Amino acid sequence: MSPLLAGFTWLLVFQCLGEVLVRLAGLPIPGPVAGLALLFAVLLLLSEVPNALAAAAEGLARHLSLLFVPAGVGVMAYLGRIADEWLPIVVALFVSTLLAIAATALTFAWLVRRSQRQQEKVLP
Amino acid sequence: MSAQPLFELWVYLAATPLAGLTLTLVAYAAGWWSYKQSGMHPLANPVLLAVALIVSTLWLTHTPYKTYFDGAQFVHFLLGPAVVGLAVPLAREWGNVRQLALPIAGAMVVGSLVALGSAVGIAWLLGASPATLLSLAPKSVTAPIAMGIAEKIGGLPALAAVFAVATGVIGATFGKYVLDGCRVFDWRARGFALGLAAHGIGTARAFAVNADAGAFAGLAFALHGLAAALLLPVGFAVWSRFG
Repeated sequence: MSPLLAGFTWLLVFQCLGEVLVRLAGLPIPGPVAGLALLFAVLLLLSEVPNALAAAAEGLARHLSLLFVPAGVGVMAYLGRIADEWLPIVVALFVSTLLAIAATALTFAWLVRRSQRQQEKVLP
Repeated sequence: MSAQPLFELWVYLAATPLAGLTLTLVAYAAGWWSYKQSGMHPLANPVLLAVALIVSTLWLTHTPYKTYFDGAQFVHFLLGPAVVGLAVPLAREWGNVRQLALPIAGAMVVGSLVALGSAVGIAWLLGASPATLLSLAPKSVTAPIAMGIAEKIGGLPALAAVFAVATGVIGATFGKYVLDGCRVFDWRARGFALGLAAHGIGTARAFAVNADAGAFAGLAFALHGLAAALLLPVGFAVWSRFG
């Protein structure tokens, strides 16, 4: 079996397992997320990522933006609602996204600097 | 050549999944080409260009979204396996995650609360309808997860996906300027912020700029998707019971 095909099979099997788990346990999370958690647990147990799986996952990740195009085109189905509520939607999307980027980056950088300073204090 | 056979050909092609699928890939190739030509300038975002090209084509040919999606669903479907595949960068970066556990956890909590709170708060203050508010709540997580969450909390899944894609495009396009303005030049912090606030589209942007930024973006994207999918529906259930 070619590595790409084998890797793809891994991903689909775990997506199926995730869907089954969500349905059976009545979990309030999307199936692929449960699949992600299950695969992550298995990878930690294996302590290395199989090459075929890495090839398929990275292949998909490299073209991740393409996968969002069909959902983005869905904007045409909601033009009416968006036109009615354009002000709250546009302001909320822009301000909150840029605010979240600033808050996340500043918190991360501040906590990294703080833990580095503490390590310097401990070391002689 | 008269227009009649051409028109019949179009009717035939538009009715098969081939047309929607081909249009998606060709438009994305055109978007990617322009992005490359611009030296990967953030303003030339390939998703934005592809969506604009497809919407104009569908509008000019009077093709409904449903007909287009019959073909494009094959691309859309791959989002599921792509989300599962996020386990790979997460497992690979696990050593880093444990070393930087505090910055990662702190930035995750602050970033996701700011994203959620400011989006819903601003839209509510400006008078958005409840369905729009509930569709805005999961906008910072990737489209398929956002759709799942919106469905669980009573928003409109397809509208949530549109908001998620718009968020990704906005973050990937203007994130650089915000990060420069905040004077954060640590690639790990920059990547983490893009992945958290702008999910897969921000992650793709981070990978295009720097490998470290990309790895941390993927990490933030995966962790945020997981955390939001677990906590948002539970949080919403608690809030609507006592709120």
